[in-house]
Amino acid sequence: MLNASLKELSAALAQKKISSAELTKLFLDRTSRLNRALNAFITVEAEKSLAQAHAADELIAKGEAKALTGIPVAHKDIFVTKGWRTTCGSKMLSNFVSPYDAYVIERFNDAGAVILGKTNMDEFAMGSSSETSFYGPVKNPWNQERVPGGSSGGSTAAIAARMAPAATGTDTGGSIRQPAALSGVSGLKPTYGLVSRYGMIAFASSLDQGGPIAKSAEDLALLLNVMAGFDGRDSTSVERASEDYRRDLDRPLAGLRVGVPKEHFGQGLASDVGKAIEAALAQLDKLGAKRVSISLPNSGLSVPAYYVIAPAEASANLSRFDGVRYGHRAKEYRDLADMYFRTRAEGFGAEVRRRILIGTYVLSHGYYDAYYLKAQKIRRLIADDFVAAFKQCDVIAGPTAPTAAFKIGAKAADPVQMYLNDIYTIPANLAGLPAMSIPCGFGKDDLPVGLHIVGNYFSEAKMLNLAHQYQKATDWHKREPAGIRP
Amino acid sequence: MPLSLEEVRRIAELARIGISDAEAAAVQAQLNDIFELIGRMQRVDTEGVEPMSHGQDLKLRLREDFVTERDQRERFQSVAPKVEQGLYLVPKVIE
Repeated sequence: MLNASLKELSAALAQKKISSAELTKLFLDRTSRLNRALNAFITVEAEKSLAQAHAADELIAKGEAKALTGIPVAHKDIFVTKGWRTTCGSKMLSNFVSPYDAYVIERFNDAGAVILGKTNMDEFAMGSSSETSFYGPVKNPWNQERVPGGSSGGSTAAIAARMAPAATGTDTGGSIRQPAALSGVSGLKPTYGLVSRYGMIAFASSLDQGGPIAKSAEDLALLLNVMAGFDGRDSTSVERASEDYRRDLDRPLAGLRVGVPKEHFGQGLASDVGKAIEAALAQLDKLGAKRVSISLPNSGLSVPAYYVIAPAEASANLSRFDGVRYGHRAKEYRDLADMYFRTRAEGFGAEVRRRILIGTYVLSHGYYDAYYLKAQKIRRLIADDFVAAFKQCDVIAGPTAPTAAFKIGAKAADPVQMYLNDIYTIPANLAGLPAMSIPCGFGKDDLPVGLHIVGNYFSEAKMLNLAHQYQKATDWHKREPAGIRP
Repeated sequence: MPLSLEEVRRIAELARIGISDAEAAAVQAQLNDIFELIGRMQRVDTEGVEPMSHGQDLKLRLREDFVTERDQRERFQSVAPKVEQGLYLVPKVIE
């Protein structure tokens, strides 16, 4: 059961081979055994989960099961969840029990899924290693001295360690795909606007996008069916007809043009990662896809532009944390201003404070044109690169991250080195394009490597088709870490 | 152009984040590394390029002006640090 696909779990529930309560308990038990070592979950509330599971079992008994009825799902602790503590990995929200549900939570509740718990993450999703969490770092199930990637590292570690069959994440600069790659699981960032941001604690609003994390592309398609949809409460939610993202899974790849950007194979790409990616591309050739060499000439500028735009938006979004309406408030203060200064100095960790300072600076008087406006122009150049590329190919493939999982602490003191982890993933966020990562082998020290797939706007079904066909021909996504030390 | 210690303090002031002298010095070095990375943008000619503020060219939706929320004040204030008679309490601002 721990290794079963969501389709298999649904079938087992429908055929009464297992109840939702038993299934939920199975994953809760595994979580209670492994979480002390991996720190993938911030909050687990078995009673709440089991109450939902019992309700699901009643629906199943009545023959009223929906897409995910009875399936346990772990949610990144960035989605506010009614009655659950929702921390966003921060001390600032350590006492915040949400009075309402995020859209994504509503959708999973409507589909009958069971909330398995809230997963650990970099504080306010700012990080690429899940080390900046106030609740301690997440450990990579493949090697507990390594990071799982971030910021959705709690969710990817939970899937890799089989503590959950499905999870949610969010991706602002790579926060679903990079940890999926480093943890050896599958993760998808949809087209910007496809999944409502309502109740998803904001980091950089023009980039943030929620998406699913699971073992396989087939599971991702089912989860995306639940998560996608128009929501009037998010002003950037896209109004369009709903799709079945599973519809093209079984289509053969013959003739599909796969663009390979030469800029993503240069200096900075570790040779073991490069080798695994080359083998994955060769596998796609074998499946009938047609490899096309493409160029994304401005992609090297994506990290500099991102580290203006994302902190700028973050500095505005995080101004709401002032100790007045919710969250942490300093114990002692002289006056209102002092209350703000102390509350924010105490409530935010070092990386969040750093990014707020960058954002405040680039938006301050006299610097706006040199930084923020310049970055927005570079953003256009990067988006235009993709427009040109998609005239030559249907999807783009390459490495998700330049290296496999690095050691905990290795980059924590050097923000610039940490930021360069997202060099291949950031361009898709800046352009608003859908992108995903799937396991495609192992590099040195037996650490997983992820294949990055970028599609044109709203071409999730096509990307999932490619990923599923690849996963039918390979078994990397079925490998699981051996010997997790509890 | 590197940030001075004074500028770091001024930014922290604008951001309403308390910062000690020791912290300001550490942050100054890190911010300067980051701004060196960001500075790579300046080498590119972007004359005449339309700035892109968003991943999608979306039109802002309009809707009828009617009440969509019911009164949930008590529920939302239940998570507030300090509340009295439906009001959020902060230190006295006006003498």
